[in-house]
Amino acid sequence: MSPLVSIDNVDMRYGGPDGTLAVAGLNMKIAKGDFCAVVGPSGCGKSTLMKLVTGLHIPQSGVVIVAGRQVTEPVSIVGMAFQNPTMLPWRTTLENILLPLEIVERHRKRLRRHKREYVEKAEHLLETVGLKGFGSKFPWQLSGGMQQRANLCRALIHEPDLLMLDEPFGALDAFTREELWCVIRDLHAEQGVTIVLVTHDLRESVFLADRIFVMSARPGRIISEHTVPFARPRELSLLYDGAFNDMVQTLHGEIASARAAA
Amino acid sequence: MTDAAVPPAAPPVPAAALPRPKARINWIRLAPWLYTLGLFVIWEAAVRLFELPPTLLPAPTRVFQAIVQYWSPIWKNSLQTLYTTTLGFALAIVAGLGIGLFVGWSKTIYAGLYPLMIGFNAIPKVALVPILVIWFGIGTVPAVLTAFLISFFPIVVNVATGLATIEPETEDVLRALGAKKLDIMLKVGIPRSMPYFFGSLKVAITLAFVGSVVSETVASNYGLGNMMSSAQSQFNVPLVFAGLMMLAVEGIAMYALMAWIERRMTGWAHRSTMGN
Ligand SMILES: Nc1ncnc2c1ncn2[C@@H]1O[C@H](COP(=O)(O)OP(=O)(O)O)[C@@H](O)[C@H]1O
Ligand SMILES: [Mg+2]
Repeated sequence: MSPLVSIDNVDMRYGGPDGTLAVAGLNMKIAKGDFCAVVGPSGCGKSTLMKLVTGLHIPQSGVVIVAGRQVTEPVSIVGMAFQNPTMLPWRTTLENILLPLEIVERHRKRLRRHKREYVEKAEHLLETVGLKGFGSKFPWQLSGGMQQRANLCRALIHEPDLLMLDEPFGALDAFTREELWCVIRDLHAEQGVTIVLVTHDLRESVFLADRIFVMSARPGRIISEHTVPFARPRELSLLYDGAFNDMVQTLHGEIASARAAA
Repeated sequence: MTDAAVPPAAPPVPAAALPRPKARINWIRLAPWLYTLGLFVIWEAAVRLFELPPTLLPAPTRVFQAIVQYWSPIWKNSLQTLYTTTLGFALAIVAGLGIGLFVGWSKTIYAGLYPLMIGFNAIPKVALVPILVIWFGIGTVPAVLTAFLISFFPIVVNVATGLATIEPETEDVLRALGAKKLDIMLKVGIPRSMPYFFGSLKVAITLAFVGSVVSETVASNYGLGNMMSSAQSQFNVPLVFAGLMMLAVEGIAMYALMAWIERRMTGWAHRSTMGN
């Protein structure tokens, strides 16, 4: 079976021929249903990688293929969530979650007539992330962690094949972050969605992912790839496991030397 | 607690024995009125103390007397000024929204037109009145246009800024879903710029009064501006101050109206962090 995402020898430069070379010689393959994490030093091109896969940026050289098609424009089979939840403050949480349906071509035509069905789906998602009954609240009435949960619902409402998360838990406190790790873990188990998680939190990457890609300093490329051996379902107690910490330490060493090489 | 809150089943108690509900005076609400009153008192006292002649500075009592005495012309001219101001202001809202949306549409247009508009705004609008008089003659039209020209700029800037400062992440999320520029403007840009727009109305209405009165002063036979300048040439200083007083009243009333509309329309912006 061909991979869902395949990045082949991609270069991406910002701001014209003399601009910043963000990634160079990038190669990566992500199979359907995989949970991948991308880790690397700050500014190495992790967010750039996300934007290449979603079609927000088109590379100057190399090919990005998603679901069998070369990416030349935004691909709407992707859901995205960033560190900043960017909920629209004039819409209720439920209306915020329904927003992608007003955009995505195949849903926007059906939305008006099948409103109930979609609202039910949104409410089901809210329940899944532990926000049952909060749909009518405005985002500014929710805590940061709750907003991020709603953000995940928004990223999932149009049933994307691929969920791209760019440091989604960076701004949260440790306990909320661990709670949300479990939310993501369960979402992945239930919905079978392919997930790419960009993070600088190595424990997060080892706890959640099946495969971990380590990027070099800018211009970013993949310098190593790890398969996470821990069986699913994983419990939070894994965080205190010896083998778990060894793996975190290995990753830490790799990134430290990648930074030193820069 | 008011008396109405006392349950009717309560046994009758002699009024004197009731613990007096503490009369809470809301000083904050009262403050603007008290301060205004204070200003008038100080003003009156100063005029009497220094025995200033009414041709220099009439006392408030003398001004109110003038308002009563000349009520008919004051009322007519006040309405005229209110009319030219609101008409110019209404035009400014329409044009300001239109141009603001256009300017904020793309970063390129924003970058290109912004300096031009700053330059235009730097021109004192009084300097334009003679040109308007050449084109349209004296009277209502130049007053309306001056009010319009002076008040549309803050509206444009605010609407355009609201559009041009959409968070890049929001735009990315929507663009990744296949959103076109128009989608992003309709779903995010325009709702997001509404607090800026309604906020700018308070500034714009005040400026509109400046514009209409300046134009009436130099190029009209009607309006408070004209009334004040003719009163001044007849040394009727109390009438000049009566005109000022009416302007202040109209200005405060319109400002309060705009502030009320702002609160009604964009309550969410005051609750969320985006509002500041
Ligand atoms: N829009 C842009 N224009 C110019 N340079 C950019 C832009 N976005 C990112 N860069 C640069 O590209 C490099 C990689 O950025 P990014 O992918 O955001 O890194 P990361 O997410 O790993 O921290 C950085 O050096 C950054 O300064
Ligand atoms: Mg980043």
